[in-house]
Amino acid sequence: MATYDFVFEALGLERWCASGTSTVPMSMADLMARQSGEVATTTPWNLPFPSLDALNAACPAFPQSRQVTKGLESGFLGIKDSLSIVLDPLTQPLSWMLSGALQTVLNTPWWIVIPLLLLVVQLVSRSWGLVVFVGLSISGLAFIDHYDHAMQTLAIILVCAFLCVLLGVPIGIAMSRSDTIQRMAIPVLDMLQTLPPFVYLIPLIFLFSVTEPKLYGIAIILYAIVPVIRLTNLGIRLVDKDVIEAADAFGMTDHQKLFGVQIPLALPNIMAGVNQTIMMSLAMVVIASLVSAPGLGVLVLRGIRNLELGVGLVAGLGIVLLAVILDRVSKASLARINAAQPQ
Amino acid sequence: MSAAANQDIETEMRDQPETAAAAPAGEVKVAIRKLFKIFGADPQGALAQVEAGMGKNELLEQHGHVLGLRDIDVDIEAGKITVIMGLSGSGKSTLIRHLNRLIEPTAGEIRVDGEDVLAYGPAQLRRLRREKMSMVFQKFALLPHRTVLENAGLALAVRGYTKQEFEDEANKWLERVGLGGNGGQYPHQLSGGMQQRVGIARALTSNAEIMLMDEAFSALDPLIRTDMQNLLLELQNELHKTVVFITHDLDEALKLADHLVILNEGYIVQQGEPQDILLHPNDDYIVDFISDINRARVLRVRSVMHKTRTTPDNCAGEVDHDDNLESVIARSQGDTAYSYKVMRDGEQIGVLDMKALVRALVPTRAAEDGLRARPGG
Repeated sequence: MATYDFVFEALGLERWCASGTSTVPMSMADLMARQSGEVATTTPWNLPFPSLDALNAACPAFPQSRQVTKGLESGFLGIKDSLSIVLDPLTQPLSWMLSGALQTVLNTPWWIVIPLLLLVVQLVSRSWGLVVFVGLSISGLAFIDHYDHAMQTLAIILVCAFLCVLLGVPIGIAMSRSDTIQRMAIPVLDMLQTLPPFVYLIPLIFLFSVTEPKLYGIAIILYAIVPVIRLTNLGIRLVDKDVIEAADAFGMTDHQKLFGVQIPLALPNIMAGVNQTIMMSLAMVVIASLVSAPGLGVLVLRGIRNLELGVGLVAGLGIVLLAVILDRVSKASLARINAAQPQ
Repeated sequence: MSAAANQDIETEMRDQPETAAAAPAGEVKVAIRKLFKIFGADPQGALAQVEAGMGKNELLEQHGHVLGLRDIDVDIEAGKITVIMGLSGSGKSTLIRHLNRLIEPTAGEIRVDGEDVLAYGPAQLRRLRREKMSMVFQKFALLPHRTVLENAGLALAVRGYTKQEFEDEANKWLERVGLGGNGGQYPHQLSGGMQQRVGIARALTSNAEIMLMDEAFSALDPLIRTDMQNLLLELQNELHKTVVFITHDLDEALKLADHLVILNEGYIVQQGEPQDILLHPNDDYIVDFISDINRARVLRVRSVMHKTRTTPDNCAGEVDHDDNLESVIARSQGDTAYSYKVMRDGEQIGVLDMKALVRALVPTRAAEDGLRARPGG
């Protein structure tokens, strides 16, 4: 009957095949094939690949392909509750930080927030030109009533980028000190970097409630933490071997070597990683508006959903403006670090 | 600045050079015995092969292990400059890194002041590196993010002194190496020669009795290099450190060495007093080495004279025992008919015959019986 009958005959498994049937409900394709009543003739030309479905046709006890995705799903749902018990309290501070930051920027009057922002820009970049540029950009956004959305986006990015650095730098240091940890971490980092941003959201939606800020917080951190880890690891590994040898020869402890030599010399690379992390947070915060992240992303989403061209474009340009601001400010502070310690 | 801490640092500073200076000549500071180093996956397995007489090339071809050092025996005397010379790949940099265990030996023994360094735990090893041995590097290896002053005071900073506490000491040594006003600059603002002066000041500030110098002057241009050699000799006259100096340059080796060790492919070809090696090389390798040098400039009167207290008939005057032959030739105007009385501290210790001087200038062929048989070869 089916193409691969002979396999099970040869193995003497007919009785096992007859004993069971696949438990998956019948698919639409199966139903259609049965309705049409056509008997498929098998020629070498249209020989089916011995897939789960093809083998199932020959032996009903054999599982179908649909059971794979269904198994994965039920497996995930099975561990979901226990996973939530562990992850929920662990990630709760993230929710507090995000909602705290959002509350703060929205409840503080603009005439405090904007000068404060400009002060920070001046402190990290020491460039008046940049301060003027940032001031004009934010005033421009506020002038067209995008101030709240822009500040929400900025608040989310700053919280997430701060956490990325807080977690990423120690992970990078651990990787630089042990080849084993590096070997284990690199595939994970590769996966995080290549996974399409939307895919992050799928398991997270099941794990956390969509109304919680930590849902998008975790998605942003997972996506944006990779460069700071990679560049911290790389920066420390690239520190001149001769200098490390000198540090050893003068009897430095590991601790003195790490904080007195390796981290200071790796700082330009670490800061380049921080810059990348901030830019990737911005990319993800727009996508995260799908799962209730507030900010300019919401307006972009509205533009797409309701075909409101103007709303979407203005919000998009606002995001570009924020990107330019974040990039310039972080690059200016990076340049200051580079100037302070020439190689 | 806390006065007590300063007092502390100063007494510590003062104690050590005196003990070093007071070390009687001939006392062995560092003893290296039967040292082997094999690089590869299974050094111990390869060691058995080497002890059975396998050579460097065979070991690499048959076992994929690199023979770094073979059966090294050296006594490094206190207060002297021991120069280890060899071409690149001869294992000299590997050898010097064994002294402070930047590289671990495969087999053998290293004793510093009679203590077995290989038995040290991490804390003792750090103590050795902080207080007993300092190091100067070929590529300077200064910390680029710290000022010259902070670099010079590195050894003290590592021991836990604050900048205020080590400032005076570091400035003193910067001054001594000729970098008095440069303390506030960063290393990249200095030339190569000045950077290496910082490297030397850093080693001196640590006040260690033993100074390891790994091709310290090789990266400098010739004039600066001569300056630095003179600086080292000057400092050595004052401080009497135990210096281990690595070089691939024979002229430099002959200029600095009290004791010369010549390495080739990881074993010692010959070691001894430089003059002695020059007059009695025991190996073709060394003959090749010394064939290019100006013998008249390197050989000293004391190595060529014969010992006597009588005044010769054809005596043309007095020369010092440490003069080089070139100066004597200049004085005699090339006339070989004369002899000179050889003086040390105003006392005659021998006679130099000009004919013997000329014979000493004849290029040497390998001596028949070597001072040390070449192992395995």
